[in-house]
Amino acid sequence: MNKLFSFFATITAFLLVYGLYQALVAAPTERTMGDVQRIFYYHVPSAWTAFCLFLTNYFCSLLTLTYSEAIRRAANRIAILGAIFGLMGLLISEDRPPWLPQAEGFSWVKASIIVILIAVFHALLIKGYFLLGDRLGKLFSDRARVILDAVAVSSAEVGVVFCTVVLVTGPIWARPVWGIWWTWDVRLTTTLVLWLIYVSYLVLRRFSNTGEIAILSATLAVIGALDVPFVYFSIWFFRTQHPQPVMGKGGSLDPRMLHAFLINLLAFSCFGAMVCWSRVRLELLHRQLEEAHAMKSLEGADAARAQASLPLNRSSE
Amino acid sequence: MTSFWSLTLATLKKDIRLEWRSKDALNAMLFFSLLVVVIFSFSFDPNAEESRQITAGLIWVAFLFAAVVALNQTWARELRNQVLDAYRVSPAPATALFLAKALGNFIFVILLEAVMTPLFIVFYNLRALGPAWQLIPVGILGTWALVVNGTFFAALSLRTRSREIMLPLLLFPISIPAVQSMVEATRIILSGEGAARFWIVLLLTYDVVFTTACLGLFEIVLQAE
Repeated sequence: MNKLFSFFATITAFLLVYGLYQALVAAPTERTMGDVQRIFYYHVPSAWTAFCLFLTNYFCSLLTLTYSEAIRRAANRIAILGAIFGLMGLLISEDRPPWLPQAEGFSWVKASIIVILIAVFHALLIKGYFLLGDRLGKLFSDRARVILDAVAVSSAEVGVVFCTVVLVTGPIWARPVWGIWWTWDVRLTTTLVLWLIYVSYLVLRRFSNTGEIAILSATLAVIGALDVPFVYFSIWFFRTQHPQPVMGKGGSLDPRMLHAFLINLLAFSCFGAMVCWSRVRLELLHRQLEEAHAMKSLEGADAARAQASLPLNRSSE
Repeated sequence: MTSFWSLTLATLKKDIRLEWRSKDALNAMLFFSLLVVVIFSFSFDPNAEESRQITAGLIWVAFLFAAVVALNQTWARELRNQVLDAYRVSPAPATALFLAKALGNFIFVILLEAVMTPLFIVFYNLRALGPAWQLIPVGILGTWALVVNGTFFAALSLRTRSREIMLPLLLFPISIPAVQSMVEATRIILSGEGAARFWIVLLLTYDVVFTTACLGLFEIVLQAE
């Protein structure tokens, strides 16, 4: 395990160095934006890594919840409810009622179908994990549960860091190009709200270190994930007057730029995975240490009780 | 075996009786939102046209902050004498308990809104240019959106240190789309620009989704170990 980690870390370091060279030297300067465009080689891969980590956290949280009977029973209901929602959406959007706002590049029909697919996927995932767990037994062991929780907390932490990088580099680029630091555009706002939700997740974990926090924070992660589509939809139709970011449209992309971008995407994904990995190991070690401490103090308490229960000996000395 | 609804009703009655005798939450909420109204009107001093644009935001922010006062009390009062542990071991379904608590909070916040809305109208010289009756569904759906998540997160933050601070930290990020929908709907109705129907439907969807999610996950939170 240690060897694999060092190997992975070496590759990541090499990729990051190569990516830096590609982004700053090899890639040509963009014609209209100038050198500031180079921030893209960090901004977009950071966003990608952050979203991947948040997704990891979501699935770990969901699987943590499958330990409870109630959720396993609910799997069918999730699929049915999602399908009902999706079908209702489909019926309504097929009619195109005048009160339903239409925006460019947004299809209500597509959105409804996505809702149905997501619901069915979740039900299958929960059922599948449940069935597989019964077959293998390993998936539901206490060790698996601890690892799931460690991955959940690590990915949330590392994801918040990458998301912060996104939220900082974005305005640095936007100021010279758009002329404003910030706009309540759908992507920006969704990222910000996602960041807020995950910060509140970390605060919740910080404020409680009892055993039940794993399941409590898992419920928060699932509710937070339910919130994201609402943020996305409501912002989409709320701030339509603001400039939409134009990327990759019009003009051809220099292959060297694409190369630099893809290298950085790979490098950041590896970097995120590596940091997350080492954080998971740290978390697991931390828990082992805590357990050892608890055991030691229990033993100490036993010894003290054994001594205290012999008052006659002490008084006679 | 008592039915689900009679259990809900019994808990709800108990909560209302407790509140009626002490009036802790209601008094605190009323005075708090009165202060918010007065402070906001000093800070902004708007004319009639401006106030139509900004009051929607102010009114809901005031209600949101005031609702937190009531929500914090919901579960905290059950900790005394280990009432919550009794709930845990009782065979009554956890969802009945949750529903009763959410309904209780809903009634308190609606009462608060009924008292505070006339004050807002007086202080900010409000007159709706759009269809004013639509404010009723917006009020009901918006309040339920705040209260159902609030009751859930109040139960969640019960296990943490300094839970009074924890509740708004958890509730506000999740409530952002709901707050935005109700503010936007109210602003459209007050200023008479366009139709608020989309926002009302969005609020309704939000309510249905989160009520289902909270009811489904509440048992886990109550029995978490």
